[in-house]
Amino acid sequence: MLSLLGVAAVVVGFAARLNPLLVVVVAAFITGVAAGLSPVEVLAAFGKSFNESRFISVAFLVLPMIGVVERAGIQEQARGLMQRLRGVSVGPLLIVYLLFRQGTSALGLTSIAGQTQSIRPIIAPMAEGAVESRSGPLDADGRQDIRATAAATDNVGLFFGEDIFVAIGSILLMVGFLATAGIVIDPIHLSLWAIPTAVAAFLIHGARLLVFDRRMRGRPVA
Amino acid sequence: MIGLPVVYALAGLVFGAFAILSALDRTNSRRWGNAVFWGLVAASFLAGDRLGDLGNGVLVLGLALIAGLGGLGRGAPLTTSTEERRALATRFGGRLFIPALTLPVVVIFGVLVLKPLQIDGAPLLDPKQATLISLALAAVIATGVGLILLRQPLISPLQEGRRLMDTVGWAALLPQMLAALGAVFALAGVGETIGQLVTDWIPMDARLTAVAVYCLGMAGFTMIMGNAFAAFPVMTAGVALPILIGKFGGDPAVVASIGMLSGFCGTLMTPLAANFNLVPAALLELPDRYAVIKAQIPTALPLLLVNVGLMYVLAFH
Repeated sequence: MLSLLGVAAVVVGFAARLNPLLVVVVAAFITGVAAGLSPVEVLAAFGKSFNESRFISVAFLVLPMIGVVERAGIQEQARGLMQRLRGVSVGPLLIVYLLFRQGTSALGLTSIAGQTQSIRPIIAPMAEGAVESRSGPLDADGRQDIRATAAATDNVGLFFGEDIFVAIGSILLMVGFLATAGIVIDPIHLSLWAIPTAVAAFLIHGARLLVFDRRMRGRPVA
Repeated sequence: MIGLPVVYALAGLVFGAFAILSALDRTNSRRWGNAVFWGLVAASFLAGDRLGDLGNGVLVLGLALIAGLGGLGRGAPLTTSTEERRALATRFGGRLFIPALTLPVVVIFGVLVLKPLQIDGAPLLDPKQATLISLALAAVIATGVGLILLRQPLISPLQEGRRLMDTVGWAALLPQMLAALGAVFALAGVGETIGQLVTDWIPMDARLTAVAVYCLGMAGFTMIMGNAFAAFPVMTAGVALPILIGKFGGDPAVVASIGMLSGFCGTLMTPLAANFNLVPAALLELPDRYAVIKAQIPTALPLLLVNVGLMYVLAFH
């Protein structure tokens, strides 16, 4: 039971908006020490796993390319594109992106789009441009709303598309875990049963994007 | 065979360049903080396997202390102004999208063409890491395409990359830190303790209650652990296997699949899934670091209820 103190530390630390890196390290020490490890053992276990998880941070290798195209004006180009496509408003734009992201993820192509390579340089500026071309410049709140909605759309598309692909990590984990419990499952069944939820995710998030579209239309012109 | 070490060496050199350029940037009053922070990340990529577990632990402690004590500033590398960018956008037009489109094309090429390639019977790419290697290769090629096509200065990938890296700041390392915390949680048996609590305290005599406990438990537990992969074994061993499948005869494929997707609903709602929820907020320069999560909760909650309904209807036939 004492080991749950670390979980409590994470919840309190994140809620109080303390620096998350410090919160995580402190939580690791609390958890480990409560479970009977020495501080040095905790530090070693933490360092070992950090080192084995370096693959997570490799994704930032995309940043130099994004920076180069931003320097040459890609955000301005994406925004300007929407000035010319005045008929396309923000809701349908993001719905098309949602469909694209879900569809390509379902084919296993999870890393061809994403927050760094699609949302920041292209999709978020397009979404802002779509609203601005209809009802004038955005204030800070409106801008944050649009960007956060674009980022959320990428996550929803990815999460509820990737599990339809047979060879994705989560499917392999499920097959492996069930096998240790003596239940043998063909991965294709797991991916097929992911389809009803995928459809529901598209309908729910798509409907919300339409409501968002209406809200953006109704906003007072700044 | 090309494997992760090559990718790590590349990442180490790029972060090393960020560190050096940070140290030289006099516009940043905390330039030494940035230089040491990105320098430690470079050291981790270049020499992590030679530092030993404790050495890596000390390195992580250094990262957390610099970030936690406010040691990170934001560099301001010379870049183009908004007016210049508008003019460049008019000049380059649709060509601007070519580097960004090169990236997915090379990734797909890597996975479909390079991955199956064999040289003298040995695979060209480490098959387990083919996507990551392809992504790194794509990043290099797309940067080259951008430099040539858009006639940008040779140093610009590193300076602009540093500008974006400073924008993300400490949040960049949070996903990896949380993965390490997950390992400590596992070591201390946090998952088992919570699973035990759930099964001890909630009566699951009715099928609907059991389905709801499993789905909501997957979501809640994923929120605490930061990813559904950590929640799945605990909740499935505690609730799904003995009760949903064992007692009520549920179809394991339906139960597992929808259970995992219920966990993904939790992922949408937790700051502990930092790479999906906090890194984008930093990258998009949102004043509220939880803005992306707030935008996701109204999708995640109804979807979670739909999952309970779907499992209840589909799993028992």
